[in-house]
Amino acid sequence: MTYLLQQALNALQLGSIYALIALGYTMVYGILTMINFAHGDLFMVGAFLCFVAATYLKLSFVPSLLLSMAGVALLGVVIEKWAYKPLRQAPRVSAIITALGVGIFLENFTLALCPYPKHIPPLIAHEMWSFGGVSISSLQILIILLSILLMILLDFIVRRTMVGMAMRAISWDKTIVPLMGVPVDRVISITFAIGTSLGGAAGVMYGLAYPVIDPYMGIMVGWKAFISAVVGGIGNIRGAMIGGFILGGVEILVAAFLPSTYRDFVAFAFLLVLLIFRPYGILGKPHPQKV
Amino acid sequence: MSTVLKSAGRGWREITGNRAFMPSLIVAGFVFSFAAAQFELLDPYVQLILMYVGINIILASSLNLINGYMGEFSVGHAGFMAVGAYTASILTVSVFPGGATFLLFPLAVLAGGLVSALVGLVVAVPSFKTRGDYLAIVTLAFNMIIKSLIENLEAVGGPRGFLGMEKLTTLPWVFFWTVLSVWIIRNLVYSNFGRGVLSIREDEIASDLMSVNTRHVKLIAFVVSSFFAGIAGALFAHLLQYINPRMFDILKSTDILIMVYLGGIGSIAGSIIGATIFTVLLEILRPMGLWRMVLMPLLLVILMIFRPRGIMGLREFRWFVPLHDFLAVRLWRRKKEAADASS
Repeated sequence: MTYLLQQALNALQLGSIYALIALGYTMVYGILTMINFAHGDLFMVGAFLCFVAATYLKLSFVPSLLLSMAGVALLGVVIEKWAYKPLRQAPRVSAIITALGVGIFLENFTLALCPYPKHIPPLIAHEMWSFGGVSISSLQILIILLSILLMILLDFIVRRTMVGMAMRAISWDKTIVPLMGVPVDRVISITFAIGTSLGGAAGVMYGLAYPVIDPYMGIMVGWKAFISAVVGGIGNIRGAMIGGFILGGVEILVAAFLPSTYRDFVAFAFLLVLLIFRPYGILGKPHPQKV
Repeated sequence: MSTVLKSAGRGWREITGNRAFMPSLIVAGFVFSFAAAQFELLDPYVQLILMYVGINIILASSLNLINGYMGEFSVGHAGFMAVGAYTASILTVSVFPGGATFLLFPLAVLAGGLVSALVGLVVAVPSFKTRGDYLAIVTLAFNMIIKSLIENLEAVGGPRGFLGMEKLTTLPWVFFWTVLSVWIIRNLVYSNFGRGVLSIREDEIASDLMSVNTRHVKLIAFVVSSFFAGIAGALFAHLLQYINPRMFDILKSTDILIMVYLGGIGSIAGSIIGATIFTVLLEILRPMGLWRMVLMPLLLVILMIFRPRGIMGLREFRWFVPLHDFLAVRLWRRKKEAADASS
């Protein structure tokens, strides 16, 4: 029982990181119907910015987190302006290929700058508490609480503010909304900034939890977060959160009962089975095709 | 007939292009590839790159069938390649008698393709229900599952990889398989079945209503595409003489995607150009070291912004299109003229 509780805690930690990244995918998809494949690599950039802030600038946890989030948000907005905006009228696949290209560019650019894996110094005082056999570290508490806080904040922004209303309106109908005086370009920029900064925050947390970072770390985590977004129903913000926790849970469960090499195998097989029964994800709605 | 063509303002030859060009290109290529291997006309390094170009052409044109002509978004092509590579390698190393591997090599390549096609059958089934991004996930998941499965199979070396193949892939063989796959894919695309594939891209529901058996078409398209990916994998394995599961991960799939979209979707000539440019450019830029990997994606992004459909983009060289396609157009025009005249 304590073993299960311990694993549940690990699942919560991994799941909240997946969920934070999945939010970026799903927000961009909701507003542009485009998969931003560079998002996993923005997550990686977030971890590297945290490394720079902690090692070279000697900043503590909160300033490094804010710096990474701001840096990644800026990068996200710049990528959107330069790479995706010219392609808004182009065929959808061109935008997807561009996103793939941007992602590979970010990976290899980081690789060319620092070819060796880096080690993020511990920014959080390491403390362990034990509750009836279940041990919990300060880092785990921080990751889980901070991601839940960020998710509540995001949910508030999307559901209760004017910007959020504009986002939801644009994802509802892209042709009518600009006619109502909504500045579409600015709302898209804000969406990118918010979505990618969440990815940056996830990068920092991931870097603290698993301190060795390398330029290719964003690929696998990014794809898994993307899967979380699809499991929850892509374009749906609450779905992305649920999907992240589900995938984290599945992965930890597999690692707990099977050899850890089967982790990816079971996670992806699970995804396939789920997509057979719910082809549009858990919270996603099927889009009826009009003929 | 001549009146129709004159009204179009162009001669028959101008419409169809030079029909002798492609056969002579193939013959010249065969002669050259044999000669290059036999008399050491090219240094081994150039030969190696040419072989990679050939393998990449097979990969790109087979993926183009799904992504370009059928309009789906498959991102797991390297998975099929892995199946073909491992099947053929197991056959040549463990199954075939030691002395005869040289003679039985085409059989091994063929078997690699067939097993891969069988796996393609399994992936085709989800494509009946899901489309677009969700199908992309299915193919992606398939790629990861194949990689993960091979990593857990100790019999084929697991994560350490599989070795012991002889270097059976030679320039003439690569040329032969490349020509064969391009030829078959081209003929498929311009056949009745190919029109079905195109109609799925344009509008699946409408083509269903026009009595195109979309399931059947999708199934065949996936099987053919994975068959050739398997062949490319088999050639690749016997060229490198060593394979491991990490070679066939999502990065490899991304490379193939880039070749297809660089060359242009819905164009086999585009896939040939895209694969060639991608492979050769990566080799030319080798002195730049790591920075070439930075430059390549940058070039891709710039190309996509200024030419979103890729280099060829839905177009084809005239001499590349089968003659019967022009004949069909001519027949259609004649019928239409007759109908217009009678009405």
